Amino acid sequence: MTAIPLWVRRPAGERVGWLRTVDHKAIGVLYIGMGVAFFAVGGLEALLLRAQLATPEAGLVDPETFNQAFTVHGVTMILLAVVPLLVGFANYMVPLMIGAPDVAFPRLNALSFWLSLVGGVVLYFSFLAGGAPDTGWFSYAPLSERAFAPGTGVDYYILGLAVNGAGTIIGAINLSVTILLMRCPGMAISRVPLFVWMTLVTSVLILGAYPALTAALVMLLVDRQLSGHFFDPAGGGQAVLWQHLFWFFGHPEVYIMVLPAMGMISEVIPVFSRKPIFGYGFVAGSSVAIAFLSFGVWAHHMFAVGLGDTENAIFSATSMLIAIPTGVKIFNWIATMIGGRLRMTTAMLFAVGFIAMFVIGGLSGVSLAVVPIDLAVTDSYYVVAHLHYVLFGGTMLGIFAGAYYWFPKMTGRLLSERLGRWHFWLTFAGFNLTFLPQHWLGAVGMPRRVFTYAASTGWGPLNLISTIGAAILAIAMVVFFVNLVRSLRSGEIAGDDPWDAFTLEWSTTSPPPPENFATIPAVTGRRPLWDRKHPEARDKS
Amino acid sequence: MTVDRTLLGVAIFIASESVFFLAIVLAYVAYRDAGLATAKANLDIGRTAIFSIALFASSGTMALAARARSGTWLGATMALGAIFLVGQGSEYARLLGEGIGPGSALFGTTFFTLTGLHGIHVLAGLVALAALFTANLGRPRAVRAVAWEAVSFYWHFVDAVWVVVFSVVYLGTLL
Repeated sequence: MTAIPLWVRRPAGERVGWLRTVDHKAIGVLYIGMGVAFFAVGGLEALLLRAQLATPEAGLVDPETFNQAFTVHGVTMILLAVVPLLVGFANYMVPLMIGAPDVAFPRLNALSFWLSLVGGVVLYFSFLAGGAPDTGWFSYAPLSERAFAPGTGVDYYILGLAVNGAGTIIGAINLSVTILLMRCPGMAISRVPLFVWMTLVTSVLILGAYPALTAALVMLLVDRQLSGHFFDPAGGGQAVLWQHLFWFFGHPEVYIMVLPAMGMISEVIPVFSRKPIFGYGFVAGSSVAIAFLSFGVWAHHMFAVGLGDTENAIFSATSMLIAIPTGVKIFNWIATMIGGRLRMTTAMLFAVGFIAMFVIGGLSGVSLAVVPIDLAVTDSYYVVAHLHYVLFGGTMLGIFAGAYYWFPKMTGRLLSERLGRWHFWLTFAGFNLTFLPQHWLGAVGMPRRVFTYAASTGWGPLNLISTIGAAILAIAMVVFFVNLVRSLRSGEIAGDDPWDAFTLEWSTTSPPPPENFATIPAVTGRRPLWDRKHPEARDKS
Repeated sequence: MTVDRTLLGVAIFIASESVFFLAIVLAYVAYRDAGLATAKANLDIGRTAIFSIALFASSGTMALAARARSGTWLGATMALGAIFLVGQGSEYARLLGEGIGPGSALFGTTFFTLTGLHGIHVLAGLVALAALFTANLGRPRAVRAVAWEAVSFYWHFVDAVWVVVFSVVYLGTLL
């Protein structure tokens, strides 16, 4: 017996294959499948990097392979793993949470997914076509120009990212129209679940940020293929223009990756604290503030470029401002837990882990917003540690929280809590062991992206600890995969509402029928399912 | 007030396209000084203005077409759009003949990228117009009113981008 059905049912009862489906739930599953597959590949690339760096002067891989591995690792994790995972959950859950039968444009939704996937395939095809891109995930010019990167790797990077980005932009259009126009009766925008709010804000960020990346990619393509001079200093162009355009995309991209994860834990924490979220309006409003500010901080990635003290001071100030709305959220989540009847399920463990790890990543981020500190540790392992605390300690733990929370809705079966606890604690230990020492490595001067280092630097022991941590992290992921496969086949039957939850996705069957709801629900508050189960204690808002 | 989801989708798409063009226009402006002498010496403002008028007029015929769901006005819009592209093609041929291409110098790089990307958008618009035209020819009643509005919306956008490009690239040489 296979746990994954070969066919997707349509509302009419007709069955279609996964290649032809336009059902938002099936496309959500496809996105998540894509994210999981690329997460595994990107993880193996990371293990290769850590294995090479475990000891000084190691010769496990040659420098060229190392350059390709860290470049493709970064692009893979950001654009082919994390974004598809988040978009996948949004695809699956948003229509259910707002009481809609599907997204606004189901066929366009399928196009989004297939473009995103093809973009990833194009990027990986570069390995067969003579070598992957080796210029780092942000591919700074003029290193990425034809003169310095003569292979085809960067061309596949350009095409892959442009196609993948087109899919992501179309997906953002679809999700925003869905949220704006397809909410069920009574579901005012001030009542939608916070994950939906975060998806809306994220969509706006995608629509503002990704086109700037596409424009930069087109210019780089013109430089490489038509001998243009956009980023070519010898021809009068300015390499710094690439940096401006890339980070105008790149910094909002950070929030594109973290806001939906914040939305996930904003669903998980109230349900497992048996309380409504503390300060709904502040959680939603602070996200809008983050989105607005995130378009005004890009040059904090460029403090070391030499833009000038005034520019650096301005971008330093705006970067620190972002800590305020972010901090607001931390207090919202903690205040939700205070006085609640906490149920420490695996989903809740990951949500609490998110808060702790994200605070560390956020604080190291504030330290990097201080120009003199940034100048001292720029391009060092301190930056690597910071970004992984935000993107793994934050986003990935949030995604795991969402996965344990929603897996029963998507499959009808619960993930094993016993394996889940192993997964959480191994992840928590492995993650901190991997990335905490990298703060010290960066502070004592180990540059990022070096292929090896001399024994005399004294960086060996901390690197070895980091690599051991990565191995533990890998074991944690194996535990998670085992949990996924075993629970899919023989997990405990979940029922419609295993967590005694608050929102509409739990009011339908697990997994939901093709049309989502037998009748379109009508809601009167922010916790429609709670209201239905407890009419005597109905929410007032 | 009810908002049609297709029109909202097109509006959001146009907003994201605007960010894309903004980035390309900014790059052109950033490098304007380096290419200004070449632009002044080689761009034929009068001739391009005539072809631009064809494109601007096509917004008018498009509005008439959408209002009356008229295949004739739609055909006129397509013809005017095609005339614009012919004008652009002949300008490209002349410039390339004079040795100015995307690889020759900064002016060529920015000029061909900006106007070329706009031209590709005009071409995409023509494909949309042709699809609407064909559908309307076959079974006019099956074409939803919103299809006319959506295609029209996109066509006006392509036209509006050219107002900016023509001002920055061509009229900018007069400053």
